[in-house]
Amino acid sequence: MIHTGSMASIYRLTGPSGPLPLVMKIPRLGPGERAVNVVGFEVCRMVLGALAQGPHHPTLVAYGDVETVPYLVMEWVEGTRLNDWVPRAPLPPEEIARLGSAFALALQDIHRQDVVHLDLKPTNVLYRAGGEAVIVDFGLAHHSHFPDLLSEELRFPVGNWVYMSPEQTLGVRCDPRSDVYALGSILYELATGQLPFGRPRSIAELRKRLYCDPVPPRAIVPATPEWLQEIILHCLEVDARKRYASAEQVAFDLTNPSGVVLTERGSRQRRSGWGTRLKRRLRAVRFEPAPCPPPVRQSRSVSVIVAAIALREANRLLNEALRRAARSVCVADSDCRIACVTVVPPATALSDEGEENSATGRHIRCLVELRRWAKPLELPEERVTYHVLESDKPAAALVDYAKMNDVSQMLLGAPRSGGSRLIAGVCAHVVAEAPCTVTVVRPRSED
Amino acid sequence: MKLALFADIHSNLEAIVACLAHAQALGADRYAFLGDLVGYGADPVKVLELIERHAASGAVVVLGNHDAATIGRPVDVLNRNAQAAITWTRAQLGERQRAFLAALPLTVRDDNMLFVHASAVAPEEWAYVTSAKEAEQCMKAGKANYIFCGHVHEQKLYFTGAGGQSMPFRPVPGTPIPAAKHRQWLAIVGSAGQPRDGNNAACYALFDPGRERLTFFRVPYDHDSAAQKIRAAGLPERLALRVERGA
Repeated sequence: MIHTGSMASIYRLTGPSGPLPLVMKIPRLGPGERAVNVVGFEVCRMVLGALAQGPHHPTLVAYGDVETVPYLVMEWVEGTRLNDWVPRAPLPPEEIARLGSAFALALQDIHRQDVVHLDLKPTNVLYRAGGEAVIVDFGLAHHSHFPDLLSEELRFPVGNWVYMSPEQTLGVRCDPRSDVYALGSILYELATGQLPFGRPRSIAELRKRLYCDPVPPRAIVPATPEWLQEIILHCLEVDARKRYASAEQVAFDLTNPSGVVLTERGSRQRRSGWGTRLKRRLRAVRFEPAPCPPPVRQSRSVSVIVAAIALREANRLLNEALRRAARSVCVADSDCRIACVTVVPPATALSDEGEENSATGRHIRCLVELRRWAKPLELPEERVTYHVLESDKPAAALVDYAKMNDVSQMLLGAPRSGGSRLIAGVCAHVVAEAPCTVTVVRPRSED
Repeated sequence: MKLALFADIHSNLEAIVACLAHAQALGADRYAFLGDLVGYGADPVKVLELIERHAASGAVVVLGNHDAATIGRPVDVLNRNAQAAITWTRAQLGERQRAFLAALPLTVRDDNMLFVHASAVAPEEWAYVTSAKEAEQCMKAGKANYIFCGHVHEQKLYFTGAGGQSMPFRPVPGTPIPAAKHRQWLAIVGSAGQPRDGNNAACYALFDPGRERLTFFRVPYDHDSAAQKIRAAGLPERLALRVERGA
């Protein structure tokens, strides 16, 4: 036996070697055990069985009948539990970013398949030797294609109370952003060594998160960078609609700290005053959880449109043509997000004539120019993002970006006849390799 | 075994033929027709001949309220269009079809499965199961692990939780749902011949008792022909539109 949890015991299987190292999970059933254990077993079997084989969750190999011999045989994931890092918190921001972004990408992988985990905690996240995160224990998960066997347990919120989202305390079980909240709680713990809301022992204590905000991480560990606090508190917003819309956006911000848009959250020094909290507490009585977003595969998800803008080859006509193309996409699809992306050479490749912060300076200049490009589109802030990618291979950087962010379309400026060969090469490479639709935009007046 | 379940066919030959072909391609080897075989549509005789052939080789067939009305049994008030269709249908049927309908049972029980058109609480009262509460009563009265019914034209699945209360679920077409037999399940398979949820594709479900899996399907079919026949038969225009629009 390698682990005994409150719901199941886990055994390592030995024997003639197969293609995978295996474990067997046996639910704790019988007198004195909770009924939710059986349901958890059914849910785990149903959800794991439905997930496509992938690196971010254990593969289900076999299972037994719930009435006779309930068991699940699945892949034994060789790795380190996130839990092992917790005692060392506060961790350095870079380490949190690395662990957190891998975690968020794993989360995105299951969300993409319409699964919400709903029981995230540091013991349920493992890291393989290559750094990929693996999420385990789907006993309380929700899959939008299957009946929710656990929704009957509404009276008593199921899941880990320490990391649980506010809407889960009210029985909402279908919102992937609940996992984003739990991710934020875990990042908070890694950054501060403390739990955002302690260890609640009663429903009343649990529901404090509906109106209390956590002590800002920078008030506990002053060295916490603003971008990290911004990300953590963005995940921990009470209203799911104010959180990151997807785990993948958290991953993106964690891997691009300089691109994080800082708001008041990032610089907050203390919790809100008692007056505000009282007002929130009164309002919390009528708290209406955000409606769950529609499942990914049942309806169209929000599509990400990349506008690839070559700032160095700045060309007013081309940029205007790109903007027109972006505008027509936005009109056709009123939910899409526009990611304004530009690629610049890596900082180390810059000539060393400038002062030390020249790389940062350049980065900011690029962001300013991207913002200026997007301003005439008049899109609400949450529908536009700006990204400065550092790479000396612009095409590969754009293709990678498209892959990592599940981009559905890329708008790319057409090379000018007689113009830079570099641009022509980038264009050809992106069209050939990008995993999405690529629209090559050419200004009309140019020919 | 793979059991294909069809309900509310309503004399729509194109729809039932398409559903049967779909189910056969997926390996269906048993069939159940959950009532309302006729009414609304323009092909009552051909639909009944088809179902009679399946019944002869062991298919389950139960009576629906439109079938009952057609053979002159007293049923609750039907709306004007339905009544017009019943009157028209009655004139189309021959002695053989009337006898077939008259011999149909209200429920069929097979092992841990119960087949019924409307709520199992009182099958001859034709009550609709439209809420978790009504589903709970239906499951209590049905006393079977799996209850399959129609009457309500939209696909829905109810199941009992550990606490005994019933939980509703709107199935995703094409996704097999693990339906373990230690729970009670009530599947409303949806209307094959007259869908009403804005999607004009025919509804049916496929149950695999061995693997305890239940899959709901939507099958596109030649609804234009079905609608044209309704118009050609002089039935109310609304009935043709319903088939075209699925609403």
